[in-house]
Amino acid sequence: MRSVSIIGVGCTKFGEHWDKSFRELIAEAGMKAIEDSGIEGKDIQAIYGGTMASGRFIGQEHIGALIADQLGLTPIPATRVEAACASGGVALRTAYLAIKSGEYNIVAVGGIEKMTEVAIEEASFALGGAGDQETELFHGATFPALYALLARVHMKEFGTTEEQMALCSVQAHRNGMNNPNAQFHREISVEDVMNSGYISSPLKLLDCSPITDGAAALILCESKKAKKISDKAVEIVASAQASDSLGLTGRKSLLELAATRIAAKEAYKQAGISAKDVDFAEVHDCFSIAEILAIEDLGFFKKGEGGKAVEKGKIQLNAEVSVNPSGGLKMGHPVGATGIKQAAEAFEQLNGLAGKRQVKKAEIGLTHNVGGSGATCVVHLYKRL
Amino acid sequence: MTHSSLPLNWRKYPERYLLRGNYCENCRTAFFPARVVCPNCRRKALLKEKEMPRTGRIISFTEVFVGPMGFEHETPYFLAIIELENKARILSQIVDSKKEAIKIGTKVKKVFRKISDIDKEGAIAYGYKFKVVG
Repeated sequence: MRSVSIIGVGCTKFGEHWDKSFRELIAEAGMKAIEDSGIEGKDIQAIYGGTMASGRFIGQEHIGALIADQLGLTPIPATRVEAACASGGVALRTAYLAIKSGEYNIVAVGGIEKMTEVAIEEASFALGGAGDQETELFHGATFPALYALLARVHMKEFGTTEEQMALCSVQAHRNGMNNPNAQFHREISVEDVMNSGYISSPLKLLDCSPITDGAAALILCESKKAKKISDKAVEIVASAQASDSLGLTGRKSLLELAATRIAAKEAYKQAGISAKDVDFAEVHDCFSIAEILAIEDLGFFKKGEGGKAVEKGKIQLNAEVSVNPSGGLKMGHPVGATGIKQAAEAFEQLNGLAGKRQVKKAEIGLTHNVGGSGATCVVHLYKRL
Repeated sequence: MTHSSLPLNWRKYPERYLLRGNYCENCRTAFFPARVVCPNCRRKALLKEKEMPRTGRIISFTEVFVGPMGFEHETPYFLAIIELENKARILSQIVDSKKEAIKIGTKVKKVFRKISDIDKEGAIAYGYKFKVVG
């Protein structure tokens, strides 16, 4: 059976890039990844690019061709992949499958979003398209509102508190201090989060991931070839994806993101491991409650015990499982880029290149990328080749 | 605005004015909005148009302080997921209600309201909101 490895990664800084365009950002990330991998541009056989709402943010569609053009890689096939905030993760999985199938040996995969070109209300509307336009956004729902609805039932059922959610942000900011590409480099306290004002109760400003510009890219290679080319190759040992109802009213339960649970179960099966074997995880914490749901649905903690696990420090760096050593989505969430950035973090962690945020004895890494309020979920597992 | 264009508004009148969804007589499940395919029965489904009950209970709620485009001047407002008496779930604003009364489990009933008037073509979108009963 063919296997697939990552041989190079590249990320731009995440933040408000008022001085850089969409095309400059993706070209920067793409070139960094190619240089990191040691291959030449001409070795790349296909491109997959994840972006969620470039049409709404910058009026530009046809992103596959744009990437090939900007990187000087025409005429190879170049395809855009869209799955809302999971666009990056699904692009990665699409590229993985393209190599796994035997069609290609070397593929570039990128993710990007340029979100600061529009006003906040417009950005909020664009992101709303990840939910159900007709039954949610039409009635004034925003993404913070949808996750707030999930938070409220978790609080009622399991006694999860606003302080426990705030701790998720405190930890994210602490880890982000050691990530040079993070949008913020500032430690915050539980009080800071609690006093940051409601966006959609019970979620406050500092419970939410920010509006961000940024891009990330990876070079994937068939593993036998990867071994010859690279001494840093990281094998993708599982790739799983699941879907659920677009809107929250179609869910069987509001206490979980079922797509995460299902994708994770499939990923552990593919890799022949269990949740206990995971050393670190980059999880999709677009809101604090999303991190609590993720660590439960990925099987790190029992359903309902996520809030307490955060409170007891079980997901801090080098604790029971190191969750979001990069600082996660609170350190920047350029939606289409997020799933790729997570994989880049896994690559650096497994190669011992993560500096002060390095997870000790990092052998198995997990990335978890969610689209919308859980209608798409992608889980990948990684090991050194 | 794509979400309140003239054809869309017109098409949605039965759903948004009358809470018209549908019901699968095979698995006895109500759907709102109406579905083309019953996810339980698929080809064996017996889908019939049906108006939803006008009352239900709050399953979850939030007070929105930062709204999306078109709702900037409405904030703060309450949104809730409501389970109607036939178990169909609906996301809606809660209006004309005391803040303290908006809780999980509270009984609510449908009212008819303006939703938004941001369409460039001049169409005002009307539809359902809910209010606390009693």
